[in-house]
Amino acid sequence: MKRIFGAALLLFFSVVISSSAHAEGYVISVNQFVEHPALDAVLQGMKDYMRDNSVAVDFKVHNAQANMGTANQIAQQMIGEKADLLVAIATPSAQATAQALKRAPEDLQRPLVFTAITDPVAAGLVEDLQRPGGDITGVSDLLPVRKHLEMVLEYLPGIERLGVMYNAGEANSKATVETIRELSDDMGFTLVEATAAKTADVYQAAKSLLGRVDAVFIPTDNTIVSALESVLKVGVQNRLPIFAADINSVERGAAAAMGFDYYRHGYQTGAMAEKILKGASPATLAVEFQEELQLHINTLYSRKMGVEPPPALLERAAKVYN
Amino acid sequence: MTVYAALGAVEQGLVYGIMVIGVYLTFRILDFPDLTVDGSLPLGASISAVAITHGINPYLSLVFALMGGFVAGMITAVLNTKFKILHLLASILTMIALYSINIRIMDGPNVALLGADTVFDVVIAAGVPGRYAGILIFGVFGFSVTAFIVWFLKTELGMAILATGDNPKMITSLGVNTHAVIILGVGLSNALVALSGALVAQNQGAADVGMGIGTIIAGLASVIIGETIFGHSTIARAFVAALLGSVVYRLAIALALGLEFGDFSFNPSDLNLITSVLVIIALIAPNIKKKVAAR
Repeated sequence: MKRIFGAALLLFFSVVISSSAHAEGYVISVNQFVEHPALDAVLQGMKDYMRDNSVAVDFKVHNAQANMGTANQIAQQMIGEKADLLVAIATPSAQATAQALKRAPEDLQRPLVFTAITDPVAAGLVEDLQRPGGDITGVSDLLPVRKHLEMVLEYLPGIERLGVMYNAGEANSKATVETIRELSDDMGFTLVEATAAKTADVYQAAKSLLGRVDAVFIPTDNTIVSALESVLKVGVQNRLPIFAADINSVERGAAAAMGFDYYRHGYQTGAMAEKILKGASPATLAVEFQEELQLHINTLYSRKMGVEPPPALLERAAKVYN
Repeated sequence: MTVYAALGAVEQGLVYGIMVIGVYLTFRILDFPDLTVDGSLPLGASISAVAITHGINPYLSLVFALMGGFVAGMITAVLNTKFKILHLLASILTMIALYSINIRIMDGPNVALLGADTVFDVVIAAGVPGRYAGILIFGVFGFSVTAFIVWFLKTELGMAILATGDNPKMITSLGVNTHAVIILGVGLSNALVALSGALVAQNQGAADVGMGIGTIIAGLASVIIGETIFGHSTIARAFVAALLGSVVYRLAIALALGLEFGDFSFNPSDLNLITSVLVIIALIAPNIKKKVAAR
């Protein structure tokens, strides 16, 4: 009985001691699903936007470390923090936060900005991309898939079989691969899929594509991108060119990507957050997409994978790694 | 920790507590370490979410989730008893198979339930404020499940489960079929885990194939926290302790999330480390106090 009493007392004090308010500037509470180079870049971009535009913001960042139960608790923690704005990075965190807000009392309601979400409608966050309607809007990282594939086909004219690696458990990737499948007939290549459920399976999945494809395209899949080096190893050893969908991967050794830049994605999110902090209503702010793409090429790895980068593409490239 | 976060932690503790009761049943009562739960939690969530999006009543969807979980547990137990596959491996096999099955059920990795009917609608419509709806529903479910299991273990069948865990040789000599008892027990355990998953999905607004990761870890931690803090001298006490152990575990996470000392706050990536340190403190504090008192 004493033990129970002691535990209760400890809890009571921890509730009383906490909750201090900040007087100056805005407060933004962030629910990030997992540490990951792309998602970390989104957060950094958002912070840098606020700094560059001298908006005083105190960020309260929480990271669920890839656990949905924790993401849920973070959502409730954030509502209790009474920030001016809530930001959720990645789908599970956004869904948890939206659900927690739905049941929060009137005085704790806050606008929510989501970011790094491919399909906000399928995720149930907004009903209409143009007019979100509720107190939720954000920035989508829907890939301009056609532009990516056009670049690959220009890089390797006449290829017939394109491999795609992804984790079937990631909603974003599933949507992207479906788009690739729809485009494949039109663009004249056969799609070959390889899936990996966790990073440890990626090497094996890459090897399974050998002899069945002329090139491999990696969408912005958290699992595959986390283990990109093992795909590159297979690519270099077997002279199989590997293409990516984000520019960080090109720096790591993918032949080329029509760069989706998560840092700029975060920067764009920051701009949207500022508008809402200064009084705009999320209900009328349309969901935004990243428009401009940069071509990044890694000539060193491209040659290692047996392909000489086409001069026309090198001229257009925003960045070339040698 | 803000009051709102504390309420959230109690809510999460109660809903995951139903899973912990299931884990207690296999891990402590049947002496059957069962990792199926990492797959059966999202299984319950998937079944419930898909049922709801097809227009089935959210409460009825829980029944389907229970049945799905029961079948998953049965498969693990059959692999173990009838085909002599080591219990750990049998449960791992079912767990990894469920990953693909869950994606099949949902026709994708994630089904959104934001704006869909849930079990909370009834109580919110009755005038309960949204912030208390979760605690109310999960409290009712958590304690009803606990009461049911405690009652069940006092029936003849329940006694057989207890005896099978304690002394399989003795119970076999009494003419009880231990295989059937293990299949029933593991099935029941996973049915509860799936129920917990279904409620979690309705609570967080989505079923996701990744939501089961770490379930067994949270389950075992909660079981042991419960035993250490609240004791386990009787069956009833042990199961209530398991449920409350889950609440303490979630409170530790909530405490870790809000921990700040003046201007110093921890790095967000330190969360798991802080949580584990807090749990360690909760576990060893009573011992230290006892030692100090003994001097």
